[in-house]
Amino acid sequence: MEDSLSAQSMKKDIYTEEFLINMGPQHPSTHGVLSLECRLDGEIVMDCTPHLGYLHRSMEKIAENRTYTQFIPFTDRLDYVASINNNLGYCMTVEKLLKMEVPERAQYIRVIMAELNRIASHLIGIGAFAQDLGAFATPLFYGFRDREKILEIFDEICGNRLTYNYIRIGGVQSDFPEGLDKKINEFIKYMKLKIDDYDQLLTNNAILLARSKNIGCLSKEVAINYSITGPNLRASGIRRDIRKDAPYLVYDRFEFDVPLGANGDAWDRYKVRVEEIRQSLRIVEQAIHALPPGNPTSKANRIHKPQAGEVYVRTENPRGELGFYIVSDGSATPYRLKIRGPSFSNLAVLPELVKGLKIADIICILGSLDIVLGEIDR
Amino acid sequence: MFTFLNLIFMVMAGVMVLGFIAVSAMFLIWWERKVSAHIQNRYGPMRVGWHGALQSVADVIKLLLKEDIRPTKADAWVWWLAPFFAVVPSVMAFVVIPFSKELIPRDLNIGVLYIMAITSVCVIGIFMAGWGSNNKYSLLGGMRAAAQIISYELPLILSMITVVMVANSLSMQKIVEAQSRCWFIFHPNLALAGLIYIIAATAEVNRTPFDIPEAESELVAGFHTEYSGMKFAMFFLGEYTNVFIVSAIATTLFLGGWKGPLLPPIAWFLIKTYGIITFLMWVRWTFPRLRVDQLMGFAWKFLTPVSFLNLAIVGLLLLK
Repeated sequence: MEDSLSAQSMKKDIYTEEFLINMGPQHPSTHGVLSLECRLDGEIVMDCTPHLGYLHRSMEKIAENRTYTQFIPFTDRLDYVASINNNLGYCMTVEKLLKMEVPERAQYIRVIMAELNRIASHLIGIGAFAQDLGAFATPLFYGFRDREKILEIFDEICGNRLTYNYIRIGGVQSDFPEGLDKKINEFIKYMKLKIDDYDQLLTNNAILLARSKNIGCLSKEVAINYSITGPNLRASGIRRDIRKDAPYLVYDRFEFDVPLGANGDAWDRYKVRVEEIRQSLRIVEQAIHALPPGNPTSKANRIHKPQAGEVYVRTENPRGELGFYIVSDGSATPYRLKIRGPSFSNLAVLPELVKGLKIADIICILGSLDIVLGEIDR
Repeated sequence: MFTFLNLIFMVMAGVMVLGFIAVSAMFLIWWERKVSAHIQNRYGPMRVGWHGALQSVADVIKLLLKEDIRPTKADAWVWWLAPFFAVVPSVMAFVVIPFSKELIPRDLNIGVLYIMAITSVCVIGIFMAGWGSNNKYSLLGGMRAAAQIISYELPLILSMITVVMVANSLSMQKIVEAQSRCWFIFHPNLALAGLIYIIAATAEVNRTPFDIPEAESELVAGFHTEYSGMKFAMFFLGEYTNVFIVSAIATTLFLGGWKGPLLPPIAWFLIKTYGIITFLMWVRWTFPRLRVDQLMGFAWKFLTPVSFLNLAIVGLLLLK
């Protein structure tokens, strides 16, 4: 074996080797504990395999040992950047299983909270993307600055800043405190100005364009084959948004557009997120004006015993389609719970996108896909 | 007697330069942290001393006391020597930096040439660090650094030669003298050279948007990933010294050096130099980073031809 190797290398005086690097799980820009096994030819990526599971907490199994109400805080820890949206998806699933009605005010509050959380999540997405492109933390800090305003609002409503546990089966945890609508209106006014700042600082920056235009183009076919959802799918030019296609809560009462990209490259994915922040602001603005009176808190008991059966509900998470599938056997705990997380599929397409590009592009594409490991590993 | 005096002078100059480098690097690290913090809506260091002014001192003490870790599979000699190769050339470049009319270790008659030659040696240190660490990230960082610094050396040197042509001398002091009426950056023949110089210099000292060798989000820390303690501090010192050097050269070649009204010359020199450094910091904390191939493309396909053209045109204008 060794002889033949040395004979080979004798034949070719100069030869190059591929080399293998493990990016992560401890690496400055793998967005959590993700490990990317990359085969490189110099700077060029030959192959890239994501390795998952460093954050696995067996959420789905835990659900089988918890009552329906007890599992809500666990959903916070799925996509921890957008936990209201996870609460929402789970609670809607259980409500459908229980055939429960939700007060109208609670539905409006849910929309407002989900959209504010979407803005907060996209702000981190944009900031982290720019950070991955080497804009040393400045856009990230700007994102955190604006997200802070949302967190203050959330803090006032439910007392938490990251894992809210706010949406309950049959309603929400508590009504808006006095004077909150004024605060939200102020935020909308503030954010509308700031989003233009992002456009000026980043969107048409020559370096950002050079780095992300035509990089990691996700074609419509590939996107559908990998079941990509959310902003990443819309960036490829496919008009698909559950809030529009199968409206839940009261989304059909609001006017908003679905921003689309043209090429499905990293820049489009970034741009779609910026536009979605604008649209979410529109939704929040309309919802806060139309907020009906009433009591949004849940009147249901803490222990639910739904009839035996199964149910699947999907909602539009900031990262795509979040689905919960619950099988009930009539007891107080789910018989089986399955979570369909958007980030999982969104990450799965990464090897497809990076082949033949440079190392720096892996980071750029990974940042533009905006994954959250908490949800992938569950 | 003469040689003895000479020796004393040399030792004193050396001590002064080293002291200045250490203090300047410490100040620059603090200043960069402050500038970046205020760009990013933060305060930066606030605890040690007034507005964190002594933070760098604390950091230096920390680095001095840290264990010096050597990876088992590192190439011992190369690994050990690399930090010195990175620092020593930038210290040596101080020989011809004119702080004022008198305050210059030695006004060599080939000053500009000396600077060009000596600062190119730094890249060997960086490459040695990348190679010797026996770490793939370091190797990639070292390779990138070598390619980048060599590529940007060309436009850098060409823009410096343009200045030499107009000033008609290679001596730093004579170049300063030549600017007594008009700073070269405002000289119609040299404005473009000044622009090329500042772009190439940014790349030369590996700062964003050209910080590919250390590209934190890709290569962890590039060539100095494996270095800790004082060896890491040496690279850091070398980096900030290089930033100072390129800014000092920019001041000397384009902004009239130490010349200025009212204030003493050294004050003018430092104001101008630190002004340029602050500008570089502003750029660094604002822009994203280019990709390595785009960077090389920019150097070879755009910056180098433009500087050659500029050189030729200025030459023709001088012939008249």
